[in-house]
Amino acid sequence: MVVSPLQLRHVSHSFGSLEVLHDLSIEVLHGEFVAIVGPSGCGKTTLLNLLSGFNRPTSGLIERKGESRMVHQQDGLLPWQTVSENIELGLRRVKSRQERRQQVRELVCLIRLEGFENSYPHQLSGGMRQRVELARALAGSSDTLLLDEPFSSLDYLTRLRMRQEVARLLQERPRTVVLVTHDIEEAAQLADRVIVLSERPAQIRYELSLATPRPRDPTHPEVVQAIRQILTELDIESDSGEYSTRKR
Amino acid sequence: MIKSGAIRSVALPLAVVAVMMVIWTIVWRSGIFHPSAFPAPLDVLRGFGEEARTGRLFTDLITSLFRVTCGFGLAVVTGIPAGLWMGQKELARTAFLPIVNFFRNLSPLAWIPFAILWFGVGDASPIFLIFLAAFFPVVLATMAATANVPTIYSRVAKDFGMSDLEKLVRVTLPAIMPQVVTTLRVTAGVCWLVVVAAEMIAGRDGLGFAVMDARNGLRTDILVVEMIVIGLVGVGIDRGLEQLTKIPSIRWGYER
Repeated sequence: MVVSPLQLRHVSHSFGSLEVLHDLSIEVLHGEFVAIVGPSGCGKTTLLNLLSGFNRPTSGLIERKGESRMVHQQDGLLPWQTVSENIELGLRRVKSRQERRQQVRELVCLIRLEGFENSYPHQLSGGMRQRVELARALAGSSDTLLLDEPFSSLDYLTRLRMRQEVARLLQERPRTVVLVTHDIEEAAQLADRVIVLSERPAQIRYELSLATPRPRDPTHPEVVQAIRQILTELDIESDSGEYSTRKR
Repeated sequence: MIKSGAIRSVALPLAVVAVMMVIWTIVWRSGIFHPSAFPAPLDVLRGFGEEARTGRLFTDLITSLFRVTCGFGLAVVTGIPAGLWMGQKELARTAFLPIVNFFRNLSPLAWIPFAILWFGVGDASPIFLIFLAAFFPVVLATMAATANVPTIYSRVAKDFGMSDLEKLVRVTLPAIMPQVVTTLRVTAGVCWLVVVAAEMIAGRDGLGFAVMDARNGLRTDILVVEMIVIGLVGVGIDRGLEQLTKIPSIRWGYER
């Protein structure tokens, strides 16, 4: 059996007397795409900082296997480096210069930014920048991708396109993914499993798995149904019709 | 084809200069000031010729530039590391910030008596004074920039497994460069002001001394020559440092 690359056991985290996360236990399977949704300020970003190893939890255990990389909300690229140089940051393990260049070329093609290799981040649109960050995170042989509301700074249409882009990139380069978002539609379209967090201190409120293989359309019946279930669970959708909720 | 904007950017300033020359001539002709206290434009032109022939203007210019380069250079290579250290270590900041602020606000000209007592008249005194003028602002600006580097870059450095040294060279230094370059421009301007004052009092050569020398000889025409050269060279220094802002890996800081 493959060991799970990410495991949280009874993790709680506080800032001073403010408890942000309360007794969270989550296991992410190898190659699985888990989306964590919750109201803003519920501690989603704190959770990601714990998952990436940037912070340590106040109590509980986090087990991480392999290398993880984060894709940030915005401005995660180094602004003094070109697109190529930023992507090359993800290839630091590759010894041969020749090989690095080759891989940068492939990644630039993968995110369809040919011709922008020598542009600087501030010369690109928001969507382009996020694609470069994805490429940088997918470069080389990292194991886990942590996505911190990676499309929240983009307009709606660009966001839809970026979802397709992520699904496509993950087909090319499969990774274990944890996506933190407040966008329920995004979570339901992209993830194998959606975990809904409660208000602060965050606990797991609801969990739901999707069986349809990725990539999916935003209007796929299972996606739509999942959205409805999550909304009902959050008391936003009225609890009527043929879909019933499932309490955890 | 030359764009009309380019023509305007040359022609308009030249027109302003021409008007100023006319005013200068009118004031000179009016006799408001005694001729010995107010040189005619043509005298100044002749003064330029004289200074160029003897070569004194040139050697004074080189002397002053040499002193500024030494003092400013010394301040940059010591001030940036000091600022990086204070920016990264809160304890160092707490300990040294008040004293750095104190010296930052103490005019380097107040040091002139001590400079002469310690280093005599020559190159050392002006270099010391220029160093004082540049060191503290460079430390403060570097410190502030370093302390304010967004934490997101630290995360990126950690994600991609950078060592502390790599992080310094590949993340912290480039992140603060735009602010540091701006400070270098301002500070170099201050140094150019200070060298003239320092040489007027603690010099036996250089442009500042030449100003004093012209005054002592009642050569107001030469005085104006020196003033024009000092101003033009100051503009030149700033233009030179401005080129740093056009380096691609620095320009991002000015375009966001």
